[in-house]
Amino acid sequence: MRREEKQRNHGMTEMKTRQVEQMTPEFEADVEELISHYPVSKRSASLPLLHHWQNHFGFVDDTGIEWIAAKLDLTPINILELLTFYPWFRREAAGKTIIRVCRTLACAMAGSYDVKEKFCEAVGLDPHVEHHGFGSAPPTTPDGKFSVEFVECLACCGSAPVALIGDDLVENIKPSDVPAIVKNLK
Amino acid sequence: MSGTAVTMVNVQVDGEWKQFPKGMRLIEACMQSGKFIPHYCYHPKLSSPGNCRMCLVELGMPKMTPDRKSVLGEDGRPELSWSPRPVISCATEVSEGMGVRTSSPLVEECRNGVMEFLLINHPLDCPICDKAGECRLQEFSVEFGKGESRLLEEKVKKPKRVDIGERIVLDDERCIMCSRCIRFMQEIAKDDVLGFLNRGSHTTLAVYPGKRLDSNYSLNTVDICPVGALTSKDFRFKMRVWFLKETKSIDVTCGTGSNIVISSRENIVRRITPRENDAVNSCWMPDSHRLNFHYLHSDDRLKEPAVRGLESPVAWKTALATAAEKLRGSRPEETAVIASARMTLEELFLVRRLAAALGVRNVDILPRPQKGDGFLVSDDGNPNTSGAKLLGLATGRLPEIAQAIEAGRVTKLVVLGEDAADCGISETALKSLDLLVAMGFLANKTTPHATVVLPSSAWAEKRGSMINVKGRLQRLNQAIQPPGQARDDWEILRDLIALLAGTNGLHSIEEVFRQVAAETPALQGLTLSRIGDLGIQL
Repeated sequence: MRREEKQRNHGMTEMKTRQVEQMTPEFEADVEELISHYPVSKRSASLPLLHHWQNHFGFVDDTGIEWIAAKLDLTPINILELLTFYPWFRREAAGKTIIRVCRTLACAMAGSYDVKEKFCEAVGLDPHVEHHGFGSAPPTTPDGKFSVEFVECLACCGSAPVALIGDDLVENIKPSDVPAIVKNLK
Repeated sequence: MSGTAVTMVNVQVDGEWKQFPKGMRLIEACMQSGKFIPHYCYHPKLSSPGNCRMCLVELGMPKMTPDRKSVLGEDGRPELSWSPRPVISCATEVSEGMGVRTSSPLVEECRNGVMEFLLINHPLDCPICDKAGECRLQEFSVEFGKGESRLLEEKVKKPKRVDIGERIVLDDERCIMCSRCIRFMQEIAKDDVLGFLNRGSHTTLAVYPGKRLDSNYSLNTVDICPVGALTSKDFRFKMRVWFLKETKSIDVTCGTGSNIVISSRENIVRRITPRENDAVNSCWMPDSHRLNFHYLHSDDRLKEPAVRGLESPVAWKTALATAAEKLRGSRPEETAVIASARMTLEELFLVRRLAAALGVRNVDILPRPQKGDGFLVSDDGNPNTSGAKLLGLATGRLPEIAQAIEAGRVTKLVVLGEDAADCGISETALKSLDLLVAMGFLANKTTPHATVVLPSSAWAEKRGSMINVKGRLQRLNQAIQPPGQARDDWEILRDLIALLAGTNGLHSIEEVFRQVAAETPALQGLTLSRIGDLGIQL
C-alpha cells in the first residue's frame, strides 16, 4: 500500500490503534449535537462530522469512515467520496504544524511559489513533490513536526503572499523571512 | 382537463408546439418528438444527476408582461425569450410555454466541446476494447466530435484491470464519470458500493476498500456503462460485438421470464443481455440468469437418438418407432408421463395429446419452488408453470407416480425434459422399468437407463411460447441450430403421437399454437405472431 509505505518513509508511528476505539462519551455527544442540526436529512451532517473527527483525531482512519457512515445510515463509500474530494481531509497523520501557502492569483504573482519552496527547504522537505490531496497527508518531515502544502485563496489578497501556519495567518511573506518564521516555530 | 390525473403542458420543440405530461424530463419530450439528444449520464430508469453535459439544448421561456402574463404572438402561442446559455435537457422538466431547440449552431458547438473534454483523458484503446461497436463515446465521436485532438499534455493515468467484483473488471481510464453504475447500484440494486474518489481529472470510480461489486444484478452496470469502463469477465475479449447476431427471446431460468437478447455467432451463444420490457423486467436481469447459458454448448448435450441394444447411429425413424411400438397397447395404469414446466406451451400441449393417445392419467410436471429475491428472481424456478397449469398438466400427482414406479406398479415411463432422479425416482427403480423413454437436450441420471433417448432442442434453439408467473404470454425465438441430430421438441412429440394415434396435420409451430389457442379459452384468437416481442398479458 502506497499510504503505509509513505508513513514508514516519514518515520511516523504507524497507526495500529483504531480511532473508533478511542472515542469518548463527550465526542459522541458532540456528534449527536451536530446531527441534530440537520433534521431533514442526516446525510447533511457528513461534512460537519468529518471536520469534527479530523479536529479530534488529526485525520480520519477507515474505522472513522465506517463509523460516520453507519451513524448517518450511509455506506462507507459515500463518506470516502467526500473525504477524497476535499483536500482539507486526510486519511493519515500530517505534521504537528501544517504550513499552508496560498497559491491563488494574487499570492502567486506576489511570489508565493518562492515562499513555499523556502518553507520546504527550511523544514527539510523536497519542494518539488506534487501533492493532490485525495485523502493523503501533505509532505511531512520525518520527525513529524511539519507539513507544507499549497492551498487556494485564503481571502487576504491585499497582503499577498500569505500563509496559514497552524491556525495563524501570516501576511506579506518575503522569501527571506521564511527561515526566521520557521526558527520561531521550532 | 379536469378529471384527468396527468396535466399536459404545451412545449415548442424545434418550432413545433406539442403536448407532454407535466413533470416529464425535457430530454424525454425531445426524444418522443423524434429528436435525438446525445446523452451519457441520463438513463430513462435512473435519476438525472446532469453531470455529463452532453444533452445541452437551447431553452426558451415565455416572455412575460409586467403583470406576469405571457406575451402571445400572432399565432396565439406564447412568444419565447431564448436563454443565451444552453441547459441540460435531462435535468430540466417541461413546463407550460417552454421552447427548446435541439439543433442549432450553439447546440452543435456545445456537443463538440463536451466531446473534446470527455476525450482529453480517454485512452482511445478502441481496438482492444470490448465496448467498441456499441460504445456511446465512439458513436458520438463520429457524430459530434471534431475528429482530431488538440491535446499536447500527458493523459492522466488511472487504475486499469481493476477486479472490482466477481463478474466485472473496471478500467478507470475509459470511465467518463457518467455515474450510471453508481446510481444503478443505489437506486435499483439497493447495494450502494460504488462511488467516485478524488477530484477533477483524477476522479476515479471505485468500490470501498474491502467491498466488492458482487450483487446478483452487477452485470447490468456493464450494459448501461456507455463506454468500456465496466466489462463482463464472462464476455471479455470473446467476440467483437459487430459480429454478433441478435435474437429477441425470453429468459427461462425462472418464472419471471425476463426479456432478453441472445447474441450468437456461428451457432454459438456468446452472451445474453436484458431487453427492455416495462411489464416484466424493465431494463434489467439477474447475473445468475444471464450467465446461465454455457451449458448449451457443453459436452453433455445429447446429439444422436439412441435405442438400447442398437448400435449408434440410430435413425430418428427407428428410435421413434421403437418408442411407439413399446408404448402401444400398454395399460394406462402401468404407464406414466413426466413432463417439464421448462417446456413451451406448444410442447406441453403435445404432451397432453400424447397422454391422451396413451390414455394415461399419470401425468405431471416437476415443480421447482425456490427462494426468490423479491425482484427479478421468481419464487418459481420453472419458466412455464402457468402454461402447465393452464393445460391441466400440473396435476400434483408426481409423488404418487414416483411411488408407483418404486413399487413396480408403473413399468413404462416417458420423461420429457426432466431428470427422473430429481423427481424422487431411484436409479434402481429406473433400471427395472420395462420401458423408459427420455427426451431432453442434456445427458442426466435418467438417460443412461433409457430404452430410447430422443435428443431435443434447448431454449435458444427453438421457437415457442411460455406464460410467466404473472400470467404474461411471451415468445421464445430461435438463435442457433440444435447440435447434431437433435430436433425440435414439438416435432419429436408430433411424430410420436402420429405413430401412436395417426397423423394430426401439424406442420409448423404456428399450427401447433393455433391448436393450443383453439382448445384453450384463455388464448382465444391468439396466434404466435400476434404475441409480439413484448408478450401479452392474459
